[in-house]
Amino acid sequence: MKKFFQLLLRNRLAAAGGVAICFVVILALITPLLPLQAPNVTNTANRFQPVFAEGHLLGTDHLGRDMLSRLLWGTRLSLAVGFSAAIFAAFFGAAIGIVAGYFGGRTDNVIMRGVDMLMAFPYILLALAIVAALGPGLVNALIAVAAVNVPFFARNIRGVTVGIAHKEFVDAARLAGLSDTRIILTEILPNVVPVIVIAMSTTIGWMILETAGLSFLGLGSQPPQADLGSMLGEARSALITNPHTSVVPGVMILIIVMGINLLGDGVRDALDPRLRSGALTRPMAATVVQRKGAVPAPHAGGVLTMTDLETQFHVGPRIYKAVNKVSLNVAPGECLGVIGESGSGKSVTALSVMGLVASPPGVIVGGSIRYKDEELIGARYTTLRRFRGDRVAYIFQDPLATLHPLYKVGDQLVEAIRVHHPVSRAEAWKRAVELLKQVRIPNAENRASTYPHEMSGGMRQRVGIAMALANDPDVIIADEPTTALDVTVQAQILSLLDDLRRERGLAIVFITHDFGVVGQLCDRVAVMYAGRIVEEGPTDAVLAAPAHPYTRRLIACVPELGEGRRRLEAIPGLPPAVDRLEPGCAFAARCTKKEAACVTREIELARAGPRAVRCLYPETDLSREAAE
Amino acid sequence: MTGYILKRLVSAIPVLLGITVIVFLIMAMIPGDPATAILGSYATPENVEKLNRDLGLDQPLVARYFIWLGNMLTGDFGRSFALNRPVIDEVLDRFSATLVLAGTAFILCAVFGIIAGVVSAARQYGFADKAITFAVLLGISVPSFFLGMMMILIFAVKLRWLPVSGMFAIYGGGDLPDLLNHLIMPALALAVVATGVVARLSRSAMLEVLRQDFIRTARAKGVGERDVVWRHALKAAMVSIIPVLGIQAGFVLSGAVYIEMVFQWPGVGRMLVDAILKRDILLVQGGVVFVAACYVLFNIAVDVAQSLLDPRIKT
Repeated sequence: MKKFFQLLLRNRLAAAGGVAICFVVILALITPLLPLQAPNVTNTANRFQPVFAEGHLLGTDHLGRDMLSRLLWGTRLSLAVGFSAAIFAAFFGAAIGIVAGYFGGRTDNVIMRGVDMLMAFPYILLALAIVAALGPGLVNALIAVAAVNVPFFARNIRGVTVGIAHKEFVDAARLAGLSDTRIILTEILPNVVPVIVIAMSTTIGWMILETAGLSFLGLGSQPPQADLGSMLGEARSALITNPHTSVVPGVMILIIVMGINLLGDGVRDALDPRLRSGALTRPMAATVVQRKGAVPAPHAGGVLTMTDLETQFHVGPRIYKAVNKVSLNVAPGECLGVIGESGSGKSVTALSVMGLVASPPGVIVGGSIRYKDEELIGARYTTLRRFRGDRVAYIFQDPLATLHPLYKVGDQLVEAIRVHHPVSRAEAWKRAVELLKQVRIPNAENRASTYPHEMSGGMRQRVGIAMALANDPDVIIADEPTTALDVTVQAQILSLLDDLRRERGLAIVFITHDFGVVGQLCDRVAVMYAGRIVEEGPTDAVLAAPAHPYTRRLIACVPELGEGRRRLEAIPGLPPAVDRLEPGCAFAARCTKKEAACVTREIELARAGPRAVRCLYPETDLSREAAE
Repeated sequence: MTGYILKRLVSAIPVLLGITVIVFLIMAMIPGDPATAILGSYATPENVEKLNRDLGLDQPLVARYFIWLGNMLTGDFGRSFALNRPVIDEVLDRFSATLVLAGTAFILCAVFGIIAGVVSAARQYGFADKAITFAVLLGISVPSFFLGMMMILIFAVKLRWLPVSGMFAIYGGGDLPDLLNHLIMPALALAVVATGVVARLSRSAMLEVLRQDFIRTARAKGVGERDVVWRHALKAAMVSIIPVLGIQAGFVLSGAVYIEMVFQWPGVGRMLVDAILKRDILLVQGGVVFVAACYVLFNIAVDVAQSLLDPRIKT
């Protein structure tokens, strides 16, 4: 609660709105105590006095009545009517919504049909019809405005109630033999009240505006009593000659409604967890680069070489070191596996290459990524864009989310081609169909005209691969491309990728959490843990004799076909949070071989021949292995 | 597609019937004797009785509803007492004027609202975003009738750029330029609130979409940022913007009543207010049913547009 108010106050506009509203409400409350002139006493000799006239701070209206007094009394009336309308609408709407949501079934059906009918009316039209039946008058206008807002509340509250009505504590109350009324009042209502309050705060501005509108039309408050709307309505005939009689009440309505809206927005934002976590921030076209040190020299050759890459997430005061000095390289025709649990930083490493880490909050703070001789970190956006999809292409996990749902797959392929090559649409389409054939999609001509949701998961992933191949790239970065697929389809996709790299000399970086997949496809493998590489080497060697305890445990997670000589082991515990890394080995807390030395200082990645390990007590002595 | 439209039309029938029931029930709430209410307290008993018979008020409630409904289905909405002319003729005349006003305002709010929302989202937290967000806040807070009055004061009275009110000039008017000249201010004043709502929703819909995986895919393909925003993201965001456009159409259609009063626009809203003040019940009844029915049909068009955009909707 305290945090909520802090957030609200940090939002200066919301605070300003709150102050304005408080000021107006207090003014309205103390109006009877103020030394004002009587609002309804006419003095036609004194009509249309201008603003700041003597004795009339805001002048007088067409009947010589004091504008200031009428304004404050009118504000009082408008606020009272608006608030009452909101309370009535909330009360009846909530009652209807709770009954519909709690009882469900036919009751729900009948009630919600009725609500839908009411919502089928253009909003103000229904209010007009109600006023027409009841006759003009402020109370009738209030009833009309409240009535047309009831469906809105009913629908909202029903939704929330349906969610609560099937929770355990409600079932428990039912089993305890409480009556429905008791359950609604003691179990449901307390949980619904916050929603009612929020819905009221977002609609009260509307209700004040609408009652003012009906009064403006002459259907609300009747003379001589005046709310802000009818003041404006009466002033309309003198708009041209004496505009101040219109401006004064109009500006007051504007202040009230704007204050309420500002405050309501602030409340909504403060309550929205997505906004707090930055989940509604727009990602930039390319990841932000804030390099601290110099560009390191590439540590090895290859078509793609990463050296000491550091990518972080900056969320508020926290810094998550998702990728912490990672060096990798891949040669043409080679397949490099990058393996690790969720959150190990393997995907962020992959996305950093083409600046695709969502930013904010992602920031690349150091290191070098070279495609051939071109440095990519800090490269201009146009350079990155030229390489994206043309020289370095991606295949993502879960193609249902990664393909555009509203474009035909053929068109999405055509776009991938035409972004980089000035060919005609027809030509690109022909090439798109060819690509679909290459990834062995049957009936490719027709398939090109279907939408992603009309395909199976395996077909969609093939489309994803076809898209990556569209411009015959040098490097393909595949980010868990088979995770969402079943095993047979997975095997087909893997052999497809394997063929393609042999045929075309593609370099593949294959991100996965599955050692089984690595064994089938990859020449070399790098194991990541908590943003760091803990082991690297040729796949066969690593699989046969893992050096890092983590690698050994990870391999033990893979089920084996046949006898099952080995126990399938889960690794107890979770990877550490990468915003509070202790010095030393990040795996120490879960490691069975942990010694005091493991957590006192940084441990280097020790290279020996083709292999490397970041461990003081490796399972396999790499230098001896290299010597042999 | 034709099948889908037919299906939607059929499903609208219960809604339309529901609307007539609601309007009928509301009108049946009128306290006292409607005939006396219509004719005034000085009416002779014969006239009251005749009117009661004409209105069918001597029948039971349910019978009255079906008589009324049956008449409406044959195009007979009854006769307006105040105007002494068939309700349907008056409603059609006035509705065409409202349609011009509300239709223009609707197009304005859709075009400018979406553009503002997209720009705002694309430049999130930048100057353009802040300026648009503030303008939107102002737009949705200002009462349209007050805005209209201020526009008259500035653009018609002070600057003399545009006519004060009406739909056509009284002398020598009547052509299209004259209509447009008279239309600018009321259409803008009517569009402002709806534009704000559309802009606000478009912004949040765009922000939601811009974080989606398929946007990252588009970027990974090398698609330029302008295309990413205006084609990939906007197309997906339209799925949530279109329903809001439907709701806003209802707002401009019924909110036109204020603007018609301020600008003396001869539309159906002003007709309704006059009819309410004169207790011309049949005119109110007919007008409300007619406009609500048009709105229901418009919403079917919105659903059809949605199904054209989104292939995932089963047609």
